[in-house]
Amino acid sequence: MSSLQVENLKANYGPITALKDVSIEVPQKSIVALLGANGAGKSTTLKCISGVVKPAGGSIQWDGAAITGETPNAVTRKGIAQVPEGRRIFKDLSVTDNLEMGAYTRSDRAQIEKDLDDIFDLFPRLKERHSQLGGSLSGGEQQMLAIGRGLMAAPRLLMLDEPSLGLAPIVVSQIFETLQRLVAERELTILLVEQNMKMALKVSSFGYVMQLGKVMISGSSDELEENKEVYETYLGIA
Amino acid sequence: MLGQQILSGLATGSLYALTAIAVVVVFRNTRTINLAQGDFAMIGAFLGIIFLKDWGLNYFAMLLLVVASCMFLGAFVERVIMRPVADSDWLTLFTTTIGVYYILHGFAGWIWGRDTKAFPVSFDPTPVELFGALVSKGHLYNMGIALLIGGVLWWFFTKTKQGIAMRAVTDDPETAHLMGIPVKFIVTLTWCMAGAIAGFIGVLMAPIIYVSPEMMDEILIKGYVAAVFGGLYSFRGAVIGALMIGVAENLAGGYLGSHYKTSVAFIMIVVLLAFRPQGLMGIQQRREI
Repeated sequence: MSSLQVENLKANYGPITALKDVSIEVPQKSIVALLGANGAGKSTTLKCISGVVKPAGGSIQWDGAAITGETPNAVTRKGIAQVPEGRRIFKDLSVTDNLEMGAYTRSDRAQIEKDLDDIFDLFPRLKERHSQLGGSLSGGEQQMLAIGRGLMAAPRLLMLDEPSLGLAPIVVSQIFETLQRLVAERELTILLVEQNMKMALKVSSFGYVMQLGKVMISGSSDELEENKEVYETYLGIA
Repeated sequence: MLGQQILSGLATGSLYALTAIAVVVVFRNTRTINLAQGDFAMIGAFLGIIFLKDWGLNYFAMLLLVVASCMFLGAFVERVIMRPVADSDWLTLFTTTIGVYYILHGFAGWIWGRDTKAFPVSFDPTPVELFGALVSKGHLYNMGIALLIGGVLWWFFTKTKQGIAMRAVTDDPETAHLMGIPVKFIVTLTWCMAGAIAGFIGVLMAPIIYVSPEMMDEILIKGYVAAVFGGLYSFRGAVIGALMIGVAENLAGGYLGSHYKTSVAFIMIVVLLAFRPQGLMGIQQRREI
């Protein structure tokens, strides 16, 4: 049973309160969307889970055990990987080396090689460009590489922060199709942060809408899609 | 004659190159221009005398022990002195290394005295023919070791997990941290590496310039100039810069007179920076320093 439970999470950046009260649940083998306008605290929530930001309060449970405040190294070893906003590819490293860095916390060499081939099957473009520098890839290819790098940690929970940002619609649908396939075919759960709400609700089964560091509305994605309040009040779309 | 000048220039240049590489290694991962880099080598040279004379070790055992000691010195300086100020701006970091520079100078002078000491191993001036030019065995040995270290570093940075992780930290420390790469450990590792390289430089330089607290001052400046020449981020640029400085100053020394030697390095850097402020291979505005 690999599910994620976040309860009453609080976080500050210095004197600024970023998260006031966030409680979310991500059941296994599902795609859950975390929605909200800029500055709502979506990224901070992911960063608390991955251990980059230390929470000021609340708890994070993974597989039934608390991982609150653990380092990214420990969290990654426990099967949670984050694909950061803006892709953050290592520009001066080759595509293969970027992927290898995703597997930094692992030492099962044979399985790493297998997973590398697996990523190349999933994204043939990356295979063609395996020796090129990360910085030389196009935006869409970089996003594939960022997702591939996340998958190289062999995660059971993959957290994606704005994967559609700055990409052409056709590339976005390709990437989301791949993600849906991954969840259907393997032991993978996805927590998706998106501003592209339509797309996010299409692929997810459940969603949370955040505003100013709090979860305001939650519900099944179909429900949220119908809910006018979500669009108007929290996402600022008239 | 010309070939000879160039060859011995390359030999000296290869030692500047090692210094430049060590400067670049630390700068890339910590934004620190390490003024104490030369002093790691100086301490290594003094230790070399102790290991050979007092402990009666043979050359290779001495070399190994010096390299290990300098590695430890590098790690010690990072953990004890640099880490507490690691988040400061580059000027604070640089100023802190000036402090380390004077501490190590003072320490060496206090323990071993300010006089110049001879190194128990002497430089072998026996000429050997290479590409039609004569070069001394000592220079050839130094070049060989420098090349070997260069090869090991290339292997480390391109083929090993920790080496690639070190480059990832250079590229984007935050994301590296997110991937589970222990960034602080990697930083300690870079200082260990700078120390280890310094250990080799100390043992290789000592027979040529003798051992004193000030022995490395001029070499450090030239290594630093070479590093800036290459843009401070590029190993290749630093090596090319160092070899050019080595050759240019040797030619200047041979044809213009030995007191022109040092100025040549600085004339070169001033001219280069006037035309290419980012250095030979630098990537402009990599990140704000």
